[in-house]
Amino acid sequence: MTECCSKTAVDSIPAEPNPTASPSTFAWLAGTLAALTAWGLAYAFLQPAADWATALLPLEPGSHLAEAVAFFLYDTPKVLMLLVLVVFAMGVVRSFFSAERTRALLAGRHEGRGNVAAACLGIVTPFCSCSAVPLFIGFVSAGVPLGVTFSFLIAAPMVNEIALGLLWALLGWQVALAYLGFGLLIAIVAGWVIGRLHLEGWLQDWVRNVRAGAVELPGQRLTIVDRLKAGLDAVADIVGKVWTWVIAGIAAGALIHGYVPAELLAAIMGREAWWSVPAAVVVGIPMYSNAAGIIPVVEALLGKGAALGTVLAFMMSVIALSAPELIILHKVLKGRLIAVFVAVVGLGILAVGFLFNALFA
Amino acid sequence: MKDIKVLGPGCKRCQTTAEMVQTEADRLGVAVAIEKVTDYAAIASFGIASTPGIVIDGKVVHAGGLPKAEDIAQWLA
Repeated sequence: MTECCSKTAVDSIPAEPNPTASPSTFAWLAGTLAALTAWGLAYAFLQPAADWATALLPLEPGSHLAEAVAFFLYDTPKVLMLLVLVVFAMGVVRSFFSAERTRALLAGRHEGRGNVAAACLGIVTPFCSCSAVPLFIGFVSAGVPLGVTFSFLIAAPMVNEIALGLLWALLGWQVALAYLGFGLLIAIVAGWVIGRLHLEGWLQDWVRNVRAGAVELPGQRLTIVDRLKAGLDAVADIVGKVWTWVIAGIAAGALIHGYVPAELLAAIMGREAWWSVPAAVVVGIPMYSNAAGIIPVVEALLGKGAALGTVLAFMMSVIALSAPELIILHKVLKGRLIAVFVAVVGLGILAVGFLFNALFA
Repeated sequence: MKDIKVLGPGCKRCQTTAEMVQTEADRLGVAVAIEKVTDYAAIASFGIASTPGIVIDGKVVHAGGLPKAEDIAQWLA
């Protein structure tokens, strides 16, 4: 995995840093450093600030309401701050990749290594959901094998980089790494299986007739300042769009934290209840939430004794298989192929759920 | 008269892109005819893999994400 990911990253970094760094470059770098320092200081004082604010409120200490309010007051600034940092970092990383570049890297790749490369690129290549169809056609018509294209399409939503960053910060690197590893594994294996099944005939008929031209975009040599700006743009764009989801997610998490009895939750989502993994997947698929919104819920569920595999399976099915995306994909895939896609990914998520419940006892 | 095509299935970004091009053309006093291409097969035939895309006089100048205003001005010059 590291091989494929780091290779492309190294390729795309300009060989030499810009030798004539202008004063404005220094201003940007200094500004970024100052902002990061301020971020770190503020983050360190979140807990005392939240405790202080909670103590000011006329709440009975230890009551359900006080617990819920304390969770909300601490988690809201914390998750929003982490979100800004993660999105900024991803915005900078993504400025090194483009869908056209990714396609060129994957064209003519064979199955196997191609699936691995596609899954890795799926995490870092930026594309908005309305680009899914042009992207799919662009890949397939440029000679990227169908199974490799699917590895990309599965990894992109499944291993959500925002979810990854937040999991790391809130639940530790082991959980984040396991999520990354198994998400990639599902994307690689599912894409490979779909490729082996030779389902090209299950594309919508017009898709196979499209001949895409190759395009040379005018070389855009991005400077460091351009990339930092790309990070800021991503923050304005993504955080501006998802902050309501995040607050709704934290509110749901606060209610779970304050009011749901641990015994009840452990009975429904605990390790003893084997049926909870498939149930979590079935409940999760029709739900459509944002990765950033679901993490606070995950945090609260785990705090109440839910099993990690069950919770991750729930999270993955919410993020990776969403009805709007399937409807968009129906423009290029026949119903049967969509069903195969859902089934293969669903089975992968089930496997991850059971595996995690067995591993993280 | 520049012939400009904005490629995209009709999402909000594509609308914004078309508006940005029009605004920039008005500001510079360049006569443009903007056409929105929403058909997926037509979008793919230009060879881009991410939308919105911009084609000026038959040449793809941009793909993926909102363009920068100063870039648009350069393409129109």
